[in-house]
Amino acid sequence: MSVNSNLFVIIFASAIFYGTPLVFAAVGELLAERSGVINLGVEGMMLLGAVSAAMVAANLDGPAAVVLPIALLAAMVAAGLGAAIHAFLVITLRVNQIISGLALTIFGGAAGLSSYLANVWGLGKQPAMNQFGRMDLFGLKKFPVLGPILFDQTLLTYLSWVLVVLVMVYLFRTRMGLHLRSVGESPQTADSVGISVTRYRYGHVIAGGMLAGVAGACFSLTIVPTWANGLTSGEGWIALALVIFGFWRPDLTLVGAYLFGALSSLSFTLQARGIDVPTALLDALPYVATIVVLVIVSNSRISKRLGSPAALGRPYEREER
Amino acid sequence: MTTVVDSKAVTAPAVAAFGVSKRFPGVIANDDVHFDVRVGEVHALLGENGAGKTTLSNILTGLYRPDSGHLELSGRRVSFESPRDAIDAGIGMVHQHFRLIPTFTVAENIALGAARDGERVLLNMASVESRIVELGEQFELSVDPRARIWQLSVGEQQRVEILKVLYRDARILIMDEPTAVLTPLEADALSQTLTSLTRQGRSVIFISHKLGEVISIADRITVLRQGRSIETIDAVGATRESLAAVMVGREVERVQRRGVGALPGAPIVLSVNDLGAEGDRGLPALRSVSIDVRGGEIVAVAGVAGNGQRELVEVLAGLRPRTSGRIEVDGETMDRADARHPIRMGVAYVPQDRLGTGLAPDLSIAENLVLKRYRRPPVARPPFLRSSVIDAEAASLMEQFDVRAPSSQTPTRRLSGGNVQKVLLAREMSGRPKVLVVSTPTQGLDIGAVATVHQLLLDAAAEGVGVLLVSEDLDEVLALADRVVVMYEGSVTGIVDAADATVASIGVLMGGGTAEDVA
Repeated sequence: MSVNSNLFVIIFASAIFYGTPLVFAAVGELLAERSGVINLGVEGMMLLGAVSAAMVAANLDGPAAVVLPIALLAAMVAAGLGAAIHAFLVITLRVNQIISGLALTIFGGAAGLSSYLANVWGLGKQPAMNQFGRMDLFGLKKFPVLGPILFDQTLLTYLSWVLVVLVMVYLFRTRMGLHLRSVGESPQTADSVGISVTRYRYGHVIAGGMLAGVAGACFSLTIVPTWANGLTSGEGWIALALVIFGFWRPDLTLVGAYLFGALSSLSFTLQARGIDVPTALLDALPYVATIVVLVIVSNSRISKRLGSPAALGRPYEREER
Repeated sequence: MTTVVDSKAVTAPAVAAFGVSKRFPGVIANDDVHFDVRVGEVHALLGENGAGKTTLSNILTGLYRPDSGHLELSGRRVSFESPRDAIDAGIGMVHQHFRLIPTFTVAENIALGAARDGERVLLNMASVESRIVELGEQFELSVDPRARIWQLSVGEQQRVEILKVLYRDARILIMDEPTAVLTPLEADALSQTLTSLTRQGRSVIFISHKLGEVISIADRITVLRQGRSIETIDAVGATRESLAAVMVGREVERVQRRGVGALPGAPIVLSVNDLGAEGDRGLPALRSVSIDVRGGEIVAVAGVAGNGQRELVEVLAGLRPRTSGRIEVDGETMDRADARHPIRMGVAYVPQDRLGTGLAPDLSIAENLVLKRYRRPPVARPPFLRSSVIDAEAASLMEQFDVRAPSSQTPTRRLSGGNVQKVLLAREMSGRPKVLVVSTPTQGLDIGAVATVHQLLLDAAAEGVGVLLVSEDLDEVLALADRVVVMYEGSVTGIVDAADATVASIGVLMGGGTAEDVA
């Protein structure tokens, strides 16, 4: 038995595989929250993305290299539109962000638009014709230990790494990133030096939604890989917890995503090995961990200390007399 | 105007305002304002709260657009569409409440929104930092560019604010009440910074309501009153007295006095002794204030707004903790700091913020009228309220105090300012108080309502209530008061019998002068 079929190597490899949608969704939410807007609609936006990607993959004939980018684009547009509704409600109309986000999840969610569209489009009867398969990156798949973990993933995983690096540079090394952080910390200050709070918030909420769409597409194009009602099974909520868990930093969020990816995949990895564990308990682990994280940080004093953007959740209104 | 002819006067002014007006619904904030700031000058805009200083600075920084009139910079007419335009034109605002992000470094705060060439996409913090050090040396404003804002003292934070506008090449710096948050030592340092700025050709617009500091820091002073620019005065030769007269309106010299006063031997109903308290920012706002009020007497507290009057009335109403001193109401010591205690002891309170603090705007007139008595009979038969009693009381109070409204069920937010004030006074007087504390009771009211409110205050005193009237309106103070207590920077600078008081003598005390200065 080669070292590459060692249990821990497999756990790590599946942690990354199952953590990939969480990376997209959490980094997207992080961008929105850095601008000062909470979007609890991640789950709903993921499902909108998943159903749109599945629709394209099921109906569009052509080579994978054409179909899959279009499927991803469709996922981004659908989820981005959902985010745009949230943005309009909370930025322009100054609706409570929590309520609007919850409404978006219900609207897009398993009992809402995504399952309605799937019915209309007749999805979910067979596996997607095109899917993101595993890619042997740099031919290193066989490399001991690291090969299966890092170099035998799907293109989406490799893209998520590029995304994390880009967002790190963007946030901490570019002028726009500094402006974004200032909008989330103190919109009054940003406004007083001529930064458009509204534009930054709209832009990042919508960009965050598009990334949630990619996260949804991860499910319908690789993990499942077809449409199934509510296929994201609450991972949008885990993504929300991950942003906090990662102190609003993309690199730490990635680490958290893989930790939760490992928890999500643990039950069937162990079962496949014939290790007898109560699966219900293991399946519940990520959600229990999410609740614990959210309870700890929902205390605003603690969350301030963790580095929460100071203006998070607060609508901005220029002072008028 | 002056006849000084020097190089400054020949070149076009750095900034000039021509007939600038700005209206808001129901308020004329700026009305035909004219002034000009010379290059290298510290020009003060002096006025009381509500005189239009803030609106004017918002127009100068592009936040508001004037309804009429225009601005000129160095002789060229400008029109700002947004704050960005004003910044690009070389106007920089140093805000009273700093616009700094505590978790960012000094350099990050300064670089925010100010792209210099070659740094549009990527940040080059090293170049920002070296520019900050350079500017710090040039203008004697040293601060560590890598420090985080929360680590700095208030004085250092203000230096960052000034550096922020200098980094944007501001030629004209607007400073809004810059000394309000500073210790005296920091204020001295600021004044040196201003000298250094103006020596290097920058111009400063210094917004303030403090007479003394305006005279010592500014070259010329434009006085604003009720939104209008009244006069521009040379600081050299100006006195606190002359400025105060212009600031509050000198046509008012002495007004009719009511001439009743406390009856001889009337008991002291409110005795405040050695009172100290802190303001919202934790700085001392009241310093050893002592005031006595006898039954039937109206004692006015005069002063420029922001000199501790608000803190004084809040302490008396139990809304602000005191740090020292004693308060006695009719011989009984007020020993608990909560709002219900003063009510029980017979202190009635009419706050400045009538609809926010004074009344519940969405509740009806009838409900508001019993807000302080709903716990006890006859209004309540605990735990229930007796609406028939409440309505009957409301009807009789509305008649007695001439409250004009469709019905007693009308929400108070729908009432005019005068009727709001009458509801408040009706509620407070119906509690049969021993002391009535009223804060700026006629601000913003029309002339008819002012007369009614004045009459109600006189009636209260005639019933033997001791009235403490806080007002910035010297006409009102002189018309109503038996004695005038003048406050400056949290201290009582003088207590004057109204019979001997004039606007001029009170004005000196309002500016921090002493009784000897008056004589």
